[in-house]
Amino acid sequence: MPFERPQLATGVRLHHDRVREQHVLLFPEGALVLNETAVEVLELCDGERTLDDIAAVLGERYEGADVRDDVAELLDGIGERGLVVDAAG
Amino acid sequence: MPPVDVPVGNPLLLIAELTYRCPLHCPYCSNPTDIGAERYRDELPGEDWQRVFREAADLGVLQLALTGGEPMARKEIVELARAATAAGLYSTLVTSAMPFPRRRVEALHAAGLDHVQISFQHSDPVAADEIGGTIAFERKVKAAALARELDFPLTVNCVLHRRNIDEVESIIRMAERLGARRLELANTQYHGWALLNRDALMPTRAQLEHGEEVVRRERERLGPKLEILWVLPDYYEEVPKPCMGGWAADAILVQPNGDVLPCQAAASIPGLTPENVRERPLREIWFESELFNAFRGTAWMQEPCLSCPLGRRHEDFGGCRCQALALTGDAAATDPVCKFSPHHGVITAARREEPAPAPAPAGAEAVAAAPPFVYRDLIRS
Repeated sequence: MPFERPQLATGVRLHHDRVREQHVLLFPEGALVLNETAVEVLELCDGERTLDDIAAVLGERYEGADVRDDVAELLDGIGERGLVVDAAG
Repeated sequence: MPPVDVPVGNPLLLIAELTYRCPLHCPYCSNPTDIGAERYRDELPGEDWQRVFREAADLGVLQLALTGGEPMARKEIVELARAATAAGLYSTLVTSAMPFPRRRVEALHAAGLDHVQISFQHSDPVAADEIGGTIAFERKVKAAALARELDFPLTVNCVLHRRNIDEVESIIRMAERLGARRLELANTQYHGWALLNRDALMPTRAQLEHGEEVVRRERERLGPKLEILWVLPDYYEEVPKPCMGGWAADAILVQPNGDVLPCQAAASIPGLTPENVRERPLREIWFESELFNAFRGTAWMQEPCLSCPLGRRHEDFGGCRCQALALTGDAAATDPVCKFSPHHGVITAARREEPAPAPAPAGAEAVAAAPPFVYRDLIRS
């Protein structure tokens, strides 16, 4: 099910691992290595923006590319692990 | 000592055993059986712990477990949580919730503590207190509610064994009611206190199969709402577990006195003296100490690991070194859980193959048939 207004679940946070020089998502007893795109998407998941808002911001950043499906797919993947939730309930 | 034949990476996890004091007496405690010994009484001061956290973060550690014993028994726990936050570590309080006073827990929240894990011994209050050896259940329930009220993500941990595994479904429902995000169903690993109590704790294969079936069903029902972890009961396996993801591969453990180990049980290995954070930086201990390099890679292995017919050398790393030592007398032997180990018989002999008690009066028969517990205790240890 697609997210309406995604946000990181409680206790989940973005972190820059300065030793390995990579971005990670930290959560209870785990870490997920993120690529640049994932970081950009997750930084916009503030529980206020809708999926369309997020896709629009990124589309603009990448010269009008349609990234909505990619964003939805990425969030579904992370959402399956309970790391992203819907602020819209 | 053979040369290390793998590139040594950086650790991800620091297990900080802040003290061995604990109000509970769980008979499967992962602490050493000599917790009352003189050498553990000189607890590392708070400022040393704070330095260790900074050294760990510089070494690449991302996750910190504040544990023990009972970490809340340390009066500097709030300052320690603050130091962990300042170092950029994701911190987990691994607690019995004895004690769990509101003002301190609020202070921990303000200090940036990320996650709370509370141990439960059973879903039934009487049985739970009997296993933990003290009156604790109702206070744990209140503590879980407080953790949720403060919006901590909550993990419930329950060690499984003969006396509670039949109630896995009710334990899962309890975790759900408590608002836990994660539930660790940790089948007992037989080290330290648990090895002493092995006969009293060992479930039957039928009990385990029933537990696994319930977990499968409940995972499907709950989805990501409650993540259920099932720690494998290795005595009923035919190949060993990749203990700690390989010796000194990901985790670094500091004991209450500052001794540094690759895992909870590694202090038992003879001839390998742990180094101490009071004397040497964590980075040097991680990369250079004899204890940490002793079983890295595969060059130290013996037969049958060396020519593993399943090609699992790099998958299970020969299993658990501490289990090999405890059950064969040689820390470099193949973990006897492996069916190719010449000592595999000690594992099969410890299994309880008789049918599980009838499901109706759950546990009653099993309790009667099992020997009494040797409770974890600082004095008797």
